[in-house]
Amino acid sequence: MSSDGSKGSIRVPDAPFRPGEEASFDSWPWKPGDFSMPDPKTCEFKDTTELANGLVRVLDDDGVASGEWDPGLSAEELRNGLEHMVRLRIFDDRMMKMQRTGLLSFYMRSLGEEAVAIAQTMALQEQDWIFPTYRQPGAQFVRGRDMVSMICHCIGNEEDNIKGRQMPVHYSYREGRFISVSSPVGTQFSQAVGVALASSYKGLDEVTITWIGDGASAEGDYHYALNFASVFNAPVILNVVNNQWAISTHANFATGIGDFASRGLPYGLPSIRVDGNDFLALYSVTKWARERAASGAGATHIEVLTYRTGAHSSSDDPSRYRPGDEHTKWPGGDPVVRLKEHLINIGEWSEESHLELEEKIDSEVVEAYKEAVKFGDLANGPYPSADTIFTEVYEEVPWHLQEQHDEMMGGQS
Amino acid sequence: MTNMNMIQSLNSALDIMLDRDPDVIIFGEDVGYFGGVFRTTDGLQEKHGDHRVFDTPLSEGGIAATAFGMGLNGLRPIVEIQFADYIFPAYDQIVNEMAKIRHRSGGEFWSPVTLRTPAGGGIRGGHHHSQSPESQFTHTPGLKVVYCSTPYNAKGLLISSVESNDPVIFFEPKRCYRGPFYGDPHKVPTWSDHPEAEVPEGEYRIPLGQARMALEGSECTVISWGAMVHVCEQAIKDSGFSCDLIDLQTLVPWDKETVVGSIEKTGRCVIVHEAPKTSGFGAEMSASIQERCFYHLESPIVRVTGWDTPFPHTTEWDYMPGPTRIAAAIAQTQED
Repeated sequence: MSSDGSKGSIRVPDAPFRPGEEASFDSWPWKPGDFSMPDPKTCEFKDTTELANGLVRVLDDDGVASGEWDPGLSAEELRNGLEHMVRLRIFDDRMMKMQRTGLLSFYMRSLGEEAVAIAQTMALQEQDWIFPTYRQPGAQFVRGRDMVSMICHCIGNEEDNIKGRQMPVHYSYREGRFISVSSPVGTQFSQAVGVALASSYKGLDEVTITWIGDGASAEGDYHYALNFASVFNAPVILNVVNNQWAISTHANFATGIGDFASRGLPYGLPSIRVDGNDFLALYSVTKWARERAASGAGATHIEVLTYRTGAHSSSDDPSRYRPGDEHTKWPGGDPVVRLKEHLINIGEWSEESHLELEEKIDSEVVEAYKEAVKFGDLANGPYPSADTIFTEVYEEVPWHLQEQHDEMMGGQS
Repeated sequence: MTNMNMIQSLNSALDIMLDRDPDVIIFGEDVGYFGGVFRTTDGLQEKHGDHRVFDTPLSEGGIAATAFGMGLNGLRPIVEIQFADYIFPAYDQIVNEMAKIRHRSGGEFWSPVTLRTPAGGGIRGGHHHSQSPESQFTHTPGLKVVYCSTPYNAKGLLISSVESNDPVIFFEPKRCYRGPFYGDPHKVPTWSDHPEAEVPEGEYRIPLGQARMALEGSECTVISWGAMVHVCEQAIKDSGFSCDLIDLQTLVPWDKETVVGSIEKTGRCVIVHEAPKTSGFGAEMSASIQERCFYHLESPIVRVTGWDTPFPHTTEWDYMPGPTRIAAAIAQTQED
């Protein structure tokens, strides 16, 4: 009997490393070229067992691309992807500084995961629907959203397109088919299947992509999504972004089997694990899944293996629960550095051009920030007018909301 | 006009909407090939095709989420939750997603889902086939909440609900599917010969937010919804008092003019619902009437409701408000 009087024990998992411990990950046994690419249109779930238990990589540790999964992107496309990633990282840094100086209420960076939304969105068609979490804002850069508009949202000022109604980073961008971000984790995963099935019903060449975290994959919505996608053959790309951490909860608490991709197999979904810090591999796997979905062959389940380099959010302090340098030991390295080195290797980029790019984007972000605060800052406003509390709750304002609106306005409606 | 029971009138509404709007799609547990455990979707798959009317996995959360996503992408889904008691796996999707999407996206996205669900007791369904959880939804901004009571209003309200661009939770009193219910479990009347069962075969609408004055009187206002409307009708007859009987039909937004007008006339009020008393929608009605009609009230408002207990099986008639309790409440309002 233990000291607290209980007779048995519960096996509670733990994170691999805690503060004060030396983090060290085994190097990956998988190399670029290890896996062939099945035909996306005829591939069945059982054909993907190796892909689910392995890891699709294109870039090796020296930044050299090889193997059947090399998407063969042009240098221009690669530079474009790199630019979006650098843009997102510098944008995030600036927004984080704004949060730290009281100019934003809250912020969430994509640090270390920039490739995920950017490579995957670039692999889609412009008519495809994006159903993100808060860790995929980068998709908006690919879809052409104006940075000033994004900052106005994060401030919640009078130009915020969602009128100060949600916390920062909960973007909505209909023009780019980027569907409103919701705080309850996982809900978008099952909804995305519905979006995709509406495309099927209408007979349109539209695919829906969605993401969920390793932590949220323990929610019912994850399982609803896989099951409905399988049963109804939905044209959807279901990504589990395994960045190891859900705030302080390690991925070991989300599943008892240690990995995520293979969980799609018993649902009958072709499942692939991909190096989430390898821009080329991500692009290629997503393009494969898009081709599969668009052909009518159905959904693909993808584990995007990565590491959350930053804190969960501006309210989080990861040094309380993991070694501070754990991210530097991650076998996948840094997605920006890896694509940069690849471009340099093929003679299409240089350290100098990278510095120039960073400087250009830095001033782009500063300019956008200055422009955005003209529409109001967090400390001083102006904020959206108070009566926006009552609009768009329903299509038309019902009488009881009108009464409450009038009460709030002191009878001066 | 044709005599229809509530199953037939709901089926007719669904059939009309499928005919009229190619974006309408119906799914849920057992609703496709079989036509629903209560037969509400009978024949619709055969007529409209299995791409428009189909069965789903047993997954209320998945059904709600899928409907929500389809609604975002231009469809107008009508889904069935087989019993209102089973709606709770879908609660997050309804409360945090369907209800909030228009507001949270600044009007960029919306999802016009109609979620039909049989509710209420009187079928010996025990804890989990009898509950009437309307107040779990009336407390959520962004939802419209409808509760039909007759074949006529079921069809007109359902067509309006499907046409609404807001999400609607549509409660159907399962005890009244095949006949009105007057509170005596040993009598099983049918809808034949009932005036509210004379239903146009074509389309018509009952606007959401509009109550029905089921009886008119002068001494008391009785407010109810769902199956209890018919029990109230019996109770009013038994009581011997002259009463307005208001069938609210839509709980959110409720019909202020009809309710206030009636209370100002009668000065007395009884509110009746099957759901438990504490935080039931009767509490909202009572508070609102007090705020708006205090100086017209001649006696305290009385609520007659289900008890604050789980819904019982063999003793359900002791749980549900019956004509005796309601008639006593009406008499109580006349004492002062």
